[in-house]
Amino acid sequence: MQYHQYELSNGLNIVAELTPSVHSVAAGFFVRTGARDEISDVSGVSHFLEHMAFKGNDKYSADDVNRIFDEVGARYNASTGEDVTTYYAAVLPEYLGTTMEMLAVLMQPSLRQDDFDMEKNVILEEIGMYDDMPSFTAYDNVMATHFFGHPLGQSILGTNESITALTADQMRDYHRQQYNAANITLAVAGNTNIDEVRALAEKFCSSIPSGSGHRKLPAVEAQVRSEFIVKEGSGHQHIMQMGMAPLASDSLRFAAELLAVIVGDDSGSRMFWDIVYPGHADSAELGYNEYDGAGTWMTYLSCHPDQTVDNLQRMQEIFEVINNDGVTEDELEQARNKVASRIVLRGERPMGRLSSLGGNWVYRSEYCSVADDLEIVRSIGANQILSLLQQYPLKVNTTVGVGPLECL
Amino acid sequence: MTDAKVSTQVLSNGLTVVVEQMADVQSAAITVLQPTGSVYDLLGKSGTAALLSELLTRGAGDNSTRELSAALDNLGVQRSVSPGLSHTTLSAATTADRIGDAIPLLADMMTDPHLDDNQFVPAQDLVRQALHALEDEPQQRLAQYLRRCSFDAPWGNSSGGTLTEIDAITIEDVRSHFNTHARPQETIIGVAGNISAVETTDCIEAAFGSWKGGEGSEITTSPRESSPRHIIHESAQTHIGLAWASLPYSHEQYFDAWAAISILSGGMSSRLFTNVREKRGLCYSVSASLSTLKHEGRVFGYAGTTNDRAQETLEATVAEIRGLHEGLTDDELRRCKAQAKSALIMQQESTTARSSSLARDTWHLGHVLMADDIRSRIDSITVEDVRTYAVDYAPKEIVMVTIGPEPLRNDCLQAAAATV
Repeated sequence: MQYHQYELSNGLNIVAELTPSVHSVAAGFFVRTGARDEISDVSGVSHFLEHMAFKGNDKYSADDVNRIFDEVGARYNASTGEDVTTYYAAVLPEYLGTTMEMLAVLMQPSLRQDDFDMEKNVILEEIGMYDDMPSFTAYDNVMATHFFGHPLGQSILGTNESITALTADQMRDYHRQQYNAANITLAVAGNTNIDEVRALAEKFCSSIPSGSGHRKLPAVEAQVRSEFIVKEGSGHQHIMQMGMAPLASDSLRFAAELLAVIVGDDSGSRMFWDIVYPGHADSAELGYNEYDGAGTWMTYLSCHPDQTVDNLQRMQEIFEVINNDGVTEDELEQARNKVASRIVLRGERPMGRLSSLGGNWVYRSEYCSVADDLEIVRSIGANQILSLLQQYPLKVNTTVGVGPLECL
Repeated sequence: MTDAKVSTQVLSNGLTVVVEQMADVQSAAITVLQPTGSVYDLLGKSGTAALLSELLTRGAGDNSTRELSAALDNLGVQRSVSPGLSHTTLSAATTADRIGDAIPLLADMMTDPHLDDNQFVPAQDLVRQALHALEDEPQQRLAQYLRRCSFDAPWGNSSGGTLTEIDAITIEDVRSHFNTHARPQETIIGVAGNISAVETTDCIEAAFGSWKGGEGSEITTSPRESSPRHIIHESAQTHIGLAWASLPYSHEQYFDAWAAISILSGGMSSRLFTNVREKRGLCYSVSASLSTLKHEGRVFGYAGTTNDRAQETLEATVAEIRGLHEGLTDDELRRCKAQAKSALIMQQESTTARSSSLARDTWHLGHVLMADDIRSRIDSITVEDVRTYAVDYAPKEIVMVTIGPEPLRNDCLQAAAATV
């Protein structure tokens, strides 16, 4: 396995982890732009633009882009988050050239008016689809509530109103500003060699304009808020809560990941044993989410409406015990074993390595091999968990409900 | 793959063990198919298999629930137990050096579960909560109704059970379900990873070899529910489900059917995605896929669309389904072949996917399809083969279920059979 990192003359970063023993190769552009980078009158433009990228350029039509990816048997897609928009594909090694060319087309689309008008319908349909998924509604709203007044609170999808009002010119302006080489990382993982990566990157990525990758990282102010979205006729309650946790750049993030496994993993955690295992809820979890300049503890509870208050109380008690007493050595060892196994299994596939490779570079300009990650996980001890809890105790300050309850 | 080595053995108690050595990976995965699925739920007790799945993790052999959970976590075993129609499926994966230590614990779960009285009520509460949660997910509810209108019961039943029947089930029902149906003769284990076939088979023999199990029983069928059907739900979208007859995995023309449905919905250049979503912007999600039981197959189609465009979406989707045999091209077929070959090779990077295929192939076909076999069958498909399938199996009847505020007109479902 070999690691390479370098920069093209336009400033575009390339990170590659090359492993000749695997069967496929994955490549992806990690663009440091997302919902947080939108000014309010273009809410949803990052995600809409991600769709429009697949509409092609002057050389390739939308049909061509989809057809060519399918012709090489690519597993490909794209996703938009608060911090990063990702475009990726996994293929057999002989098709890396074609795949890189098509991925590069996605970085500089034509953004034609007729494509824009048609795709707007698809975006409105996607908003409708997520509207019918209570857990997604809860996530969208808990982000807006927890990060009220902060860019991270901005919706990824936007609203029917913001998307309807959005113009192609506004999208072109956003694209010009955000899709410059300083904001883009090309990650490649799997079965290829560095000479091929260099040649393909030079050929297909050099025309991406250089620019500045500056992003403001305002501090997050703790909000104490709650909001209930009432779904009449629903017989089930969904609750999401958030509190402050380590930033993506903080080395405490590893301890945070382990603590979330100990407290709120979907099996074998304290929340599992106290809430799910006795049948009080079908889901009760704690996760740690990292963002550029921020981090959250996020809980998710899904249960019968009548049991909501009791379950929230149980969660609160678990948090208090952990904040006061920390975790046991047995729990910690179990969590280290669980997380280590996940790292190894995920890392077996180039597609699994790609997200780690690109994510580490975009967030921290660093590289961590599977062996590095395993070593870090093995090294986390009770003292790190204690310093984590001193700085970021398990504490939620925002609550969002979706379901029949109007309040707690 | 040319480097793949598959070994199949039937143990003395009748258990089938299929092992594939994969040299280029660090992990190993195991899939256990045990014939205790929901098709064996007694009439009026839908959800028995779902409760069994939950209880299999709650204490087994010498270990309590917590001991079992801790032991597997310490071995880094990612696992799930889920109820299916024919089988309860245990799927587990960890690093290859630890799978041997995990197998005895997994064997306890599948052959010697405690099925304790005091675990029953919490397990029932949990399954009931999950069923309640499902009521708020129109897309998942739709899939359940569509199956019930497509297959005769119990094949169309939901393997997770129903809210109306879950309360009628007792711990005795679950024990009886397990004691009657769990048996080695009909159980298949697939293991794939960087392991030795001999050592792994020996390890499974040691863990499962003394298992005797029950006698099994016949399945009683009853007619499928009628359609078209509409379920009123105050949702943002109308969710449209369509189903029609196709072929099971074991059928000699199965790969022709697979190619036809790939052309309809296999990638972003497929007909449904291009003509319903990309060219008309009618929906975000539109798809069709083959679903196979052992002796029959269906295609299940889905489109989710905002209510005022739902009628148009239905008609556009049905037009693509009805017109599948028209204008088939070499290019369309070549694309779906490329995707299949790529998927075959990428499966060699996932021990979990591979162990599941080993077990499922053995269940459906009695043997494992090797990548080279599949590749040559895919290579040999011609446009004419696909057209022949599309004409011969053009949907005579399309089952439709919709969920949303208003029902849709269904006249577009009635149409003449395809002609060449």
